[in-house]
Amino acid sequence: MLYRETGQFKTSYKADMAVFPIRQDRIGLAVILLLAFVATPLFGSAFLLSAVMIPLLVFALAALGLNLLTGYTGQLSLGTAGFMGVGAYACYKLTTFFPEVNLIVWILASGFFSAAVGVLFGLPSLRIKGFYLAVATLAAQFFLQWCFIRIPWLYNNNVSGAIEAPVRTLFGMPITGPHATPELRYLVVLSIVALLTWIASNLVHGRVGRSWMAVRDMDIAAELMGIRLLPTKLLAFAVSSFYCGVAGALMVFLWYGSAEPEVFSISQSFLILFMVIIGGLGSLIGSFFGAALIYGLPIVLKSLFPMLGLSVGAATIEHITFMVVGAMIIGFLIVEPHGLASIWRTIKQKLRVWPFPY
Amino acid sequence: MLYNIFIDPFVQMAGAPDLLVQALWDGLVSGVLYALIALGFVLIFKASGVFNFAQGIMVVFAALTLVGLYEKGVPAYVALALTLVVMFLLAVAVERVVLRPLVNQPDIILFMATFGLTYFLIGFGELVFGGNPKAMITAQLGLPRGVIDVEMLGGRVSFQKIDIAAAVIASIMVAALAVFFQKTRIGRALRAVADSHKAALSVGISLNQIWVIVWFAAGVVALAAGIMWGARSEVSFALEIVALKALPVLVLGGFTSVPGAIVGGLIIGVGEKLGEFYWGPLVGGGIETWLAYFIALAFLLFRPQGLFGEKIIERI
Amino acid sequence: MGYMSKVLLSAASGAAMLLGGQLAPVQAQDGKDANFVPLFTYRTGPFSGSGIPIANGMRDYLEMLNQRDGGIGGAKIVIEECETGYDTKKGLECYEAVKGRNPVMVNPWSTGITLPLIPRAAVDRIPVLSMAYGLSASADGQTFPWIFNPPNTYWDGLSVIIKHIADELGGLDKLKGKKIGYIYLDAGFGKEPIPMFEQFAKDLGFELKLYPVAATDMQNQSSQWLGVRRDKPDYMVMYGWGALNPTAIKEAARINYPMDRFVSIWWPSEDDARSAGPGAKGFRELNWHGVGTDFPVLKDIQKHVIDKGLSKVAKGKEGEVLYNRGVYNSMLIAEGIRNAQKLTGKKAVTGEDVRRGLEAINLTPERLKELGMEGFTDPLKLSCADHNGHGAAFVQEWDGQKYVKIGGPIKPMEDKVGPVAAAAAKDYVEKNAGWPKRTEACDSK
Repeated sequence: MLYRETGQFKTSYKADMAVFPIRQDRIGLAVILLLAFVATPLFGSAFLLSAVMIPLLVFALAALGLNLLTGYTGQLSLGTAGFMGVGAYACYKLTTFFPEVNLIVWILASGFFSAAVGVLFGLPSLRIKGFYLAVATLAAQFFLQWCFIRIPWLYNNNVSGAIEAPVRTLFGMPITGPHATPELRYLVVLSIVALLTWIASNLVHGRVGRSWMAVRDMDIAAELMGIRLLPTKLLAFAVSSFYCGVAGALMVFLWYGSAEPEVFSISQSFLILFMVIIGGLGSLIGSFFGAALIYGLPIVLKSLFPMLGLSVGAATIEHITFMVVGAMIIGFLIVEPHGLASIWRTIKQKLRVWPFPY
Repeated sequence: MLYNIFIDPFVQMAGAPDLLVQALWDGLVSGVLYALIALGFVLIFKASGVFNFAQGIMVVFAALTLVGLYEKGVPAYVALALTLVVMFLLAVAVERVVLRPLVNQPDIILFMATFGLTYFLIGFGELVFGGNPKAMITAQLGLPRGVIDVEMLGGRVSFQKIDIAAAVIASIMVAALAVFFQKTRIGRALRAVADSHKAALSVGISLNQIWVIVWFAAGVVALAAGIMWGARSEVSFALEIVALKALPVLVLGGFTSVPGAIVGGLIIGVGEKLGEFYWGPLVGGGIETWLAYFIALAFLLFRPQGLFGEKIIERI
Repeated sequence: MGYMSKVLLSAASGAAMLLGGQLAPVQAQDGKDANFVPLFTYRTGPFSGSGIPIANGMRDYLEMLNQRDGGIGGAKIVIEECETGYDTKKGLECYEAVKGRNPVMVNPWSTGITLPLIPRAAVDRIPVLSMAYGLSASADGQTFPWIFNPPNTYWDGLSVIIKHIADELGGLDKLKGKKIGYIYLDAGFGKEPIPMFEQFAKDLGFELKLYPVAATDMQNQSSQWLGVRRDKPDYMVMYGWGALNPTAIKEAARINYPMDRFVSIWWPSEDDARSAGPGAKGFRELNWHGVGTDFPVLKDIQKHVIDKGLSKVAKGKEGEVLYNRGVYNSMLIAEGIRNAQKLTGKKAVTGEDVRRGLEAINLTPERLKELGMEGFTDPLKLSCADHNGHGAAFVQEWDGQKYVKIGGPIKPMEDKVGPVAAAAAKDYVEKNAGWPKRTEACDSK
């Protein structure tokens, strides 16, 4: 009823091609941003901010990066955590070398390092396809993790073998280290994620995104249409790794505070792949949905049992969480193989024509 | 530096041939074990086009069921039989709950569904049998233990009896699968399904039945792999990580080829052992974690469909 | 779209919970005083083999205090487990979930979780008890007032192992020209002792061979042990965890490595050795507390907890190495709380009080007897400067059925370990510019 586009006329091609052609969508977006930027930090508890929202945003950003590669360009990658690690370690090296430069700059700059590494491991993608390509990214995953362990220079020869986020400030307030408030850390993460999402949205709606999708749908056909495969695929690897790298830097500096190489293990890569697929391949908003579901569900389940008055051991909850998450993945795939984003689209469509069924 | 990379390892090999033989043998054995895991993947991929990520966890689950039942007081061989029953039920359940509703979905969706299966089996296995690692009941199953030491080449090479048993069992299994595929009615139906689902359906082959059989066969292979890996260390969920090594094996051999899985397993097994043993110390060791993937990658650059994979023909 | 509304509903209720439900401070049900002790455990995942017995031991001791004495000093202990799966991510989530509820301390039981908590502990005013793991440098109470890692560090452990080997050989000078192999988990924990090991190798003139085992290859160690066969080290030292230990013991038995020359840090359990069969006989490891149930404290646990069906421990598993390690850990928790109560006169104490209580830990022989731990472990005294105690450890040998103590307690080589630890603490402070100076007052002079 409220969600109807009657009376909104598009008088130019430009208006027709807008990212949000419907006015209600624009209002909705504004409301969401307002909620995220104002309401959440004001009313959310410290637990909500630092144990739910920050991780969720970090994972959403990584999932978004992977989605650009897997969902939009059709190149399966199992090395996401490795690329995140490159971002984290690059940021650590940069900020310890040049402590006077603002950390935000280095977080964004570290993305370029992981983009370079991503391109390197993306090179075989011209020749190898599908599941076979996954092995190239797996090679990246294991090799990079090995580097994080084996090259002491990367972690400044710390005895613990881990990288520790030094205290850095923004406008005189600490954004890393123990004194950084959850609110501020959350706002920094949110701003970066929002900015990068906006850029990604413009990328995929533009020429670059279209050529990625053409490659995904059939690369030979795309080649015949004049899309140069190698640069297109490599660009996808670069952009995707850039996003993952920034996500990795955010993860270590604004969420964990310190990280062992084990943090960037293969299971993290799989987790992010889950998010992408559950959220919806080839959908930006799906990455957020996927991250919320895969990361949030176990937390909700964990607090659900005590709420229901059931006294079960922590381990049993964990087992049941595993089973429920597994069953839900299968269930979601059966009900809606195209992910949560597709459900979202269905809802919107239904709302548009409501109260009529079609 | 160059000497250390290109000459010294070979000098070492020539200097201690017994160790070289031992390294080769160890490599072959772990290759066989990788191949056993990869075999399960291949069976399922061939018949249903599903890239079964859950194969690794099926290995753990099968071994865990076997040991768990034994610990609950079931005699070893009965437990073995019961585990087979459980694996059969699992195959039926997978076909009913996962494959049937997802028929005709893109590969990546089915791949993802097996991720869901992995999670479910981890939770289920730990819930029923507990998360603590268990010792494999090697002796109770009548598997040989102990070592055969052979004096040769101026040194000693030891062959674990359990490793020899693993190789024998793997060979029998591959032979049995080959006979099954080539000679039996079901085997022919299986190959028909692998060629084309639609054509197979139209000549009256029940896809559902075939899927149950294939998943059950993969379950049996998983049980064998689980017993062998379990005997080497213990039965725990850490085994699942080892199962990832089956991926480069698979990629190297080609997803659809049973001999490919075997040859791929042997190449990866021997390659990473020699690499770690002779070249690993140059960079501080531990290169085994990624070497297998690079070996597979190197082969892929020359044959993008794997050594024995079917040639990929792309048409517009 | 029935399921959609369900999804939305559950999401909404979940969100409501996260917003509101988490922050109530803990109170005993009848409104009396209580102390909240969260236990971070891992009964799942690849490291559960080590995690389960520890979790059982920790829980059962505290439960025993609740059952036998009604808690500590008249205040019940509210025990809550949070499952980490040895995953840093989940560990941090557990920390965030408990930190607003006035926990008296946290026990991360993972080096990966301990490291991020080290800077936060002082700010959140929650002491971290990382018992003989975590950052070895954090033994320095002047630099790390909120971190405790008694009774000894991995560096202490290494020096004890070296001493033990020297004793076997007949003196430190006999180490000259020997070859010692080091097999370790290729992560922070296993790599920490390496610089010190190298120092020892230089000082004492032995050759050090490294055999790293990646976490992903814990169950696949044949190449490392092939390397052992090639290099023929006179002794092997192991720093392993989870599935690394049983596999290493098995592989050592396979290559017929003399087991009495295979010495491990204190983590392998009975199961780890048992699964290798008779070949594991003679395997040695460090320990600092008793095994078995022949101690009054273990009898009490059996009587008040296990026999009442309040424990999760499998039959006959109480008294094993890692179970007793959990008991020891909880004893430290209890002592910290008890001391805090004494110092403040309150029944329900806070993290700040317990930090002081931990610094006041003084386990004299008399105190150990009161605790029912006579002969269970050696005396231990912590202070404001020393958060570790650098206690002695002894060597125990696997006889095929159980671990048997061989030889007496061996003190760590303070002269070697001290400087390294001090340098590491200094290095940590330098790298974390702006590390706060200790402002916490000191009770024990």
